[in-house]
Amino acid sequence: MNTLIAVASTVKAPSVEWNTLIPYFVLAGGAIVTLFASLIAGRTAQRGLVPLLAVATLIASGVFFAIGLHDLDANVLSGALRVDDLARVFSLLFIASALVSIVLAWRSPTLQDFGRGEFYSLLITVVLGMALLASAQNLVTVFLALELFSIPLYVLCAADLRREGSLESGIKYLIIGSLGSATLLYGLALTYGATGSTDFAAINVALSSAKIGDDALLLVGVALTFVGLAFKASIAPFHQWTPDVYEGAPTPVTAFMAVATKAATFALILRYTGQAILPIVDHWQPVLAALAVVTIVVGNLGAMGQKSLKRLLGYSGVAQAGYLLVGVVVSSALGARATVFYMLVYLFMNVAPFAVITARERAGAGEGFDGLRGLGREAPALAWSMTISMIALSGLPITAGFIGKLFLIEAAVDGDYAWLAVVIVLGSAMSLVYYLRVVAAMWMGADATASSVASGDAVLAGASPEADSSKHPELVAIAVLAAAGSVVFGVWPGPLLDLARDAAISFLQLVA
Amino acid sequence: MNWGLTILLLVPIVGALIAALMPLRQIGGVAAIMTLIQVGFLIPIVLDFKIGTELTGFVDELWLPELGVHYSLGIDGLNLFMICLVVLAWSIATFAASRHEFAQPRMFYAMLALAEVGTLGAFMAQDLILFVLFFDLLLVPFYFLIGMWGKDTELGNSRRATATFMIYTLVGSLLMLVCAVALGVLSSTQNGTPLTFEFADLAANQVGNSTQNWLFVGFMLALLIKMPIPPLHGWMPITYKATPLPVLIVLSAVVAKLGAFGFLRIVMPLMPHAVDSFQPLLLLLAVIAIIYGSVMAFSQDDTRLVVGYSSIAQIGFVLLGIFVIDAKGAEGAILQMINHGIVVIALFLIIAFLGERAGSEKLSEMGGLAKNAPIFATLFLIVALATLAMPGSMNFVGETYILFGAFQTKFVWGVVASIGVVLAAVYMLRMFQRSMHNRGSAGDEATNSRSRELDSGELGLLVPAVLVILALAIYPQYVVERVEPNAAQTVKSVTQPAQPVALDTDGGVER
Repeated sequence: MNTLIAVASTVKAPSVEWNTLIPYFVLAGGAIVTLFASLIAGRTAQRGLVPLLAVATLIASGVFFAIGLHDLDANVLSGALRVDDLARVFSLLFIASALVSIVLAWRSPTLQDFGRGEFYSLLITVVLGMALLASAQNLVTVFLALELFSIPLYVLCAADLRREGSLESGIKYLIIGSLGSATLLYGLALTYGATGSTDFAAINVALSSAKIGDDALLLVGVALTFVGLAFKASIAPFHQWTPDVYEGAPTPVTAFMAVATKAATFALILRYTGQAILPIVDHWQPVLAALAVVTIVVGNLGAMGQKSLKRLLGYSGVAQAGYLLVGVVVSSALGARATVFYMLVYLFMNVAPFAVITARERAGAGEGFDGLRGLGREAPALAWSMTISMIALSGLPITAGFIGKLFLIEAAVDGDYAWLAVVIVLGSAMSLVYYLRVVAAMWMGADATASSVASGDAVLAGASPEADSSKHPELVAIAVLAAAGSVVFGVWPGPLLDLARDAAISFLQLVA
Repeated sequence: MNWGLTILLLVPIVGALIAALMPLRQIGGVAAIMTLIQVGFLIPIVLDFKIGTELTGFVDELWLPELGVHYSLGIDGLNLFMICLVVLAWSIATFAASRHEFAQPRMFYAMLALAEVGTLGAFMAQDLILFVLFFDLLLVPFYFLIGMWGKDTELGNSRRATATFMIYTLVGSLLMLVCAVALGVLSSTQNGTPLTFEFADLAANQVGNSTQNWLFVGFMLALLIKMPIPPLHGWMPITYKATPLPVLIVLSAVVAKLGAFGFLRIVMPLMPHAVDSFQPLLLLLAVIAIIYGSVMAFSQDDTRLVVGYSSIAQIGFVLLGIFVIDAKGAEGAILQMINHGIVVIALFLIIAFLGERAGSEKLSEMGGLAKNAPIFATLFLIVALATLAMPGSMNFVGETYILFGAFQTKFVWGVVASIGVVLAAVYMLRMFQRSMHNRGSAGDEATNSRSRELDSGELGLLVPAVLVILALAIYPQYVVERVEPNAAQTVKSVTQPAQPVALDTDGGVER
C-alpha cells in the first residue's frame, strides 16, 4: 500500500491549462449538446434550434480562439499541445469553413434523412479534431487528432443517403483515408523508433545532435509520414480519390473539405517540417519540390477536361495544394507566411463556387457546366461572385489570389527555388483555361436557344430559375460576402498578412 | 499622401458605377459624359507639369511591407502624354460606344472602365510589381470585352478570338511576373539592400550582368507580344477582326503602347547591360516589323487589318527608336507612340463610318464614298497624311528623330528602316483611294446612295481627334520639350550605367 502511494506521488499528473483549452472544450461540449438537442422533434427545433446551437458553438469557440491571439504562453498539457497563433489562426479558418458549410446545408433537403443533429454534431467534431491537429506537438497527439477529424468526415461524405454517389464517395474516402492513416501511423512509428521520442522538439534535438540523419529507418519513417499526409492533402500522385469524393459527397461537405481538410493537413505539415524534421531539411526538400511540381501539373491538366464543376474544383484543389507546398519546400519564414496567407485567402476564393453549385443543384440544373448557362442573366449576383472567385483562384490582380501567388513566388525566389516560381506561374496560366471556361459558360455562348432549353429543363424539374436569387438569399449573401472578401483583401491585404506573419513567427521561434 | 493621381485612377470606375445606376438606355450616354470629368481632373495635372525629370504628383506608400511592394505613382516626361492619350482614347471610345446598343450595357461600360484603370495604372506605376499588377489586370476586362461583345468572323468566333488573345498575353504577362519578382529579390540579395520594387531603387541597385540577361528575355517576350512585334503578333489578326470597334480603338491606340513603354520605363533603366547585349536582336526585329507590317498592310482587303498591320510597322519604328540607344531616337520613339495613338483613334473611327456606309469593312466592297461627303473625305485625308508622316505633321517630327538617332548610331539599320517611310505612303494612300474614290463595286446608283456626309454625332467624334493631330502638327515643341529630359535620362542609364553592377550570384547559388 505504501509503495503504491509512493509510486502514485512520483507520477506527476499533467497540469491542465483550463483557460487556454476553453475553445476546445466549447467545441466538444457543443457537439454533444447539438446532438441531444436534435432529439427534440418538430420543425422549429430541427430547422431552428439545432443549427443555431451548432452556429453558436462554432462562434463561441471562435471568439475564444480570437481572444487568445498573441498569447505567448502556449504550451499546454505538458507540451502535448501548443496553442500558439498558428493553431489559433488555423482553428479560426476551420470554424469559418464549417460556418460556410452550415449555411450551405441549412435548407438542404438531403439532410432530412441523415438527421440534422448528427450532421452538425459530426461537423463540430471534425472541427475539434482539426483544431487539435493544428496545435499538436507530439506524434501521438497528431495521430489522435487526425483520426478524430477523419472518421466523422467519412460519415459526412455518405450523408446523402438516397444517392448512390454519396455512399460510394463515403466508402472510397474511408478506404483511401484509412490507407493514408495507416501509412502515416507506420511512418510515425518508424520515426519514433529512430529518434526515441514522440515529441517534435525532442525529435528535432535527436536529429541535430546524433548522426542519424542518414539512418534508413528514419528516412523511411519520414517518407511514409509524408505519403500519409499527401493522401490527406491530396498531393499528387496520392490525389486520385479527390475528384471522386468531391463529386459524390454532399456539396456542403465538399465545400468544407476543400478548404478545411487541406488547411488542417498543411498546418501539420508546416509544424512537422518546421519543428520536428528541420535538421534533415536537405533530405526532404528536393522530394517535396518534385511533389509540388507533379501536383501542380497533374491538378491543372486533370481539371481541364472536366464536365462536372465539383470534379473541376477537386482537380483545381489538387493544383492549389501544389502551390501551397511551394511555401513549405523553401522552408523559410517567408515560405511559412506565404503558405498561411494563401490558405486564408483560399477560404474566401472557395465559397462562391460551392454556393453556386448548391443553388444550381436545388434549381434542378445539376452541377455540370450546362447548369451554369445563362447564370449571368438569371442570377447576376451569384454569377459575379463566381466570376470573381474564378479570377482570384487563377491568381489575376486586384484579388487576394494574386497577392497570395505573389507571396509564394517571392518566397520561392528568395529560397533559391526560382524554377518553382516559374512552375507556379505556368500552372496559373494552365488553370486560366478551365477557370475561364466556367466564366464563359456563365456569361458567353448562352445564345437564346441554349438558355431557353436549359431553363426549360429546370422548369420541368420543378424549379424556376428566374427566382433563383430570391429563393436562396443565404447562398447569395455568403457568395457575395466571400467574393467581396477576395477583392477587398486583394487591395488591402494588411490584416491577413499580419495574421499570417504572427502565425508563422509563433511556431518558427521554437526553432530559430 | 498626394491624392491627385489616385483620384485620376479611380474616376473611370466611379463613372461606370454611376452609369450603372441609370436606366438601361441611358447607361452609354452617362458613361460617356463621365469620361469628360476625367479630362477635368487631367488638365490641372498637365498644366502643373514642370519640364525636367522630376516626378509630378508622386505618391509613395508602402503597400505590402512583407513583400516590399509600394503603391507608388508618378508622372514624368515618359508617361505624361501617354496618360493624356489614355484619357482621350477612352473618352472618344466611350462616346463612340454610346452610339450603339450593347447587350448587358452595365457590364460593358464597367469592363471598359476597368480596362482604363489598368492602363492608366500601368503607365503611372513607379513600382515594378504595381506595373505588373496593372498590366496583368488588363487581361480581365479584355477577356470579357472581346468574348462577350466581339463578333464572329471567318477567322473564328469571338470566343476563339478572346482565347487566342488571352493565351498570347497571358504567357507574356505571367512570365513578366516571375521576372519582376526575381529582379527585386535578386537585386536585394546581390546588393545586400532591403527588398523593394520601386523603379528608382532598382535602378540604383542593379543585378549582375548574367542575371540581367535572363530576366531581360522574360520582359522582352511579354512586351513584344503586347506591342505586337513579329513573330509574336499571332493574336493580332483574329483579335482585330473580332473586337468591337470602340474597344479596338483603346486596344490598338493605347494598350499596345504599353509594350513599348515597358522597354523605356523598366528594361532600359533596370537592365542596361542586357539592353546593350540584346541590341542587335531587337534592331533586327524592329526592322522586320517595319517591312513586314508595311507589306502586309498593303495587301489586306479588310480595313481593320490594314490599320492593324500598319500599326505593326509603326510600332516597329518605335522599337527602332528605343534600341538605337540614342537620346534623339528615344525621344522620337515617345513622340511616335503619341502620334500613332492619335491617328489610330481617328482611323478606327473612320473605319466604323466607312463600314456603316458600305455595309462592309472590306476595301473591295467600298469605293466612291467621297462622292457626297467632302468633309469626311477631307478629315480622312488629314488623318491619312498624318499617318504617312507628311512633313509638317508631328509624325514627321517623330520619324525624323528616330531615323536621325538611327543614322547617328546604327547607320545601316537607319537606311533599311527608311524604306518603311515610303511604304507607309503606299498603304495609306491605297486605303484612302480604294474606299473614298474608286468607283463603287455596286455601281454608280448604289454608290450615290451609300455616300453620305458625316452627321453631327460622327463629326463630334472625329473632329476632336483631327484637331489634336493638327494642334500637334502646329506646335510639336510643347510635347518635345517635355519629353526630352526623360528621354535623355533613360538613354543615359544605358550608355553610362549609374553604378558598378553587383557581383553575380545567379539565383541558384546562395543567399
